[in-house]
Amino acid sequence: MTLDRHWPKEGLTRVPYWLYSDPEIYAREQERIFHGPSWSYVALEAEIPNAGDFKRTFIGDKSVVVLRDAAGGVTVVENRCAHRGVQFCQRHLGNNAEIMCPYHQWTYDLTGKLIGVPFRRGIKGQGGMPDGFDPANHGLNRLSVACRNGVVFASFAPDAPPFEDYLTPPILELFDRVFDGRKLTVLGYSRQLTPANWKLMFENIKDPYHASLLHVFLLSFGLNRADQPTRIVIDKTGRHAAGMSWRGEQKRTEANAEMRSLLEDLKLNDPTMLQPRPEFAQYTICLMTVWPNLIVQQQSNTLAMRQLVTKGPGAFELAWTFFGYETDDADMTQRRLRQANLMGPAGYVSIDDSEVMGFVQQGVASAPEASGVMEMDGDGWREEEAHGVTESELRAFYDYYRKVMAL
Amino acid sequence: MSALTAERLRQMDAPDLRRTLDELYADYIGCLDEERFEEWPEFFTDDCLYKIVPRENFDRGLPLATWLCESKGYLRDRVVAIRRTSVYGPRWIRRQVSAMRVLGWQGGLIEVRANYVAFETLLDEMTRVFNVGQYRDLVAVEDGRLKFKEKICVFDSLLVPNSLIYPL
Repeated sequence: MTLDRHWPKEGLTRVPYWLYSDPEIYAREQERIFHGPSWSYVALEAEIPNAGDFKRTFIGDKSVVVLRDAAGGVTVVENRCAHRGVQFCQRHLGNNAEIMCPYHQWTYDLTGKLIGVPFRRGIKGQGGMPDGFDPANHGLNRLSVACRNGVVFASFAPDAPPFEDYLTPPILELFDRVFDGRKLTVLGYSRQLTPANWKLMFENIKDPYHASLLHVFLLSFGLNRADQPTRIVIDKTGRHAAGMSWRGEQKRTEANAEMRSLLEDLKLNDPTMLQPRPEFAQYTICLMTVWPNLIVQQQSNTLAMRQLVTKGPGAFELAWTFFGYETDDADMTQRRLRQANLMGPAGYVSIDDSEVMGFVQQGVASAPEASGVMEMDGDGWREEEAHGVTESELRAFYDYYRKVMAL
Repeated sequence: MSALTAERLRQMDAPDLRRTLDELYADYIGCLDEERFEEWPEFFTDDCLYKIVPRENFDRGLPLATWLCESKGYLRDRVVAIRRTSVYGPRWIRRQVSAMRVLGWQGGLIEVRANYVAFETLLDEMTRVFNVGQYRDLVAVEDGRLKFKEKICVFDSLLVPNSLIYPL
């Protein structure tokens, strides 16, 4: 596929708006990013604890099924029967001893191996599969799988790099901070369909500039603000990043004078919603973006996976899985559930983001010839930043994106 | 008409009770559809529980709610967000309630189930079905009127069309 698309000559300080609406770009992203040599988040092991448990999910446009086999291993297969292409699994979660496609009842074991083809030998000497038909050649399409401390990733590439190398040491260290080996407990799901290109979700998380301005709630209560101590870590390729900060005060100072939305008089009628219990040694917030489909959120006591599922150039599903640890007491679970009010489709904070992403999509889709400006804090990016007044994570993201996409 | 008491409510015959509850639901929906959000918390008791829960969580016994209010204070905080802090595009939501059933009494509370549907109209788009679900309510008498001690909105529409800003 040859694309007649050229990145603006200014380089990383610009992002061309055709990137968000062009169907050919979208098709290339599916091929090179989601179905290329990347590791996509697919499940928490806590969702499939027992043999036969399965979870149906997506990597880009393709549906996949995550399975726990009898030996305790995790298999990920494409949700497409090897016979006629039926998407055989139609439930989000469940348990089956084996996989049977409903159409012609081809049956697979929990590792995706074909174990049953009805009428293979024909009926009364008539019909049947040819002698040379070998079930070993007709299993489900198996993906590469990587499990780390209860989190499952999968890749369509048989030669994907080792997951730990892919994440790189600084990101792996932050990943292990939340996923430290303790068993996880799923608290529940939330799903929303945002009318915006999938990259806008990553851009949003990788953009600390907006957090101090857009989010009246967040910044008024000092949950995340540019005048608070901040740390940004970007992996050496630019594709993953993490933003950390420490909670500050609800106070107007010289440093936040330009934050017009800070409401000093804002008070909660019921403050129990925002009473976190100290939990992690460092940082009150850590938001991690893992290429190409995951945001790991630790905001005080709320822990959530936000999985990006592309739905064409102009929309994505954000699938939230909120979780805690098996060792949580009732009080901690209650705090996690209360603070979950900040996130999801009805989140005090995330409503602003999903709405604004829709507004961005409206603007950029109507002007593919124009470009966005990302000049805050220079024209490049560094692997470590000590402040949030920057767009360097965005430049890093597109630095890597352009290499993968050959743009 | 004298103020409603728990005693009077208990003595009502079925059609009277139904009429009284119908009025409660019509008033509740009228308040929300007309965006009189400041009056919305007054439909609840002080120690109320209000939740909007995806059906997949409810059916599996998972505790996460999309929207969780554990007191009237939580409801008021949501109103502050709608009016002062949240950033969102203009919209209208119109709600309908049907198939109301009185399941019976739980202590001094009436247990009610009903279907609801909320339609959303954004300015440049056709009106769409926004959220469909079931109210699972416990209704009490307080200050001479009916109030929700508990209102759990369990919704089928798992994939929320972007944002859920106004109450259901």
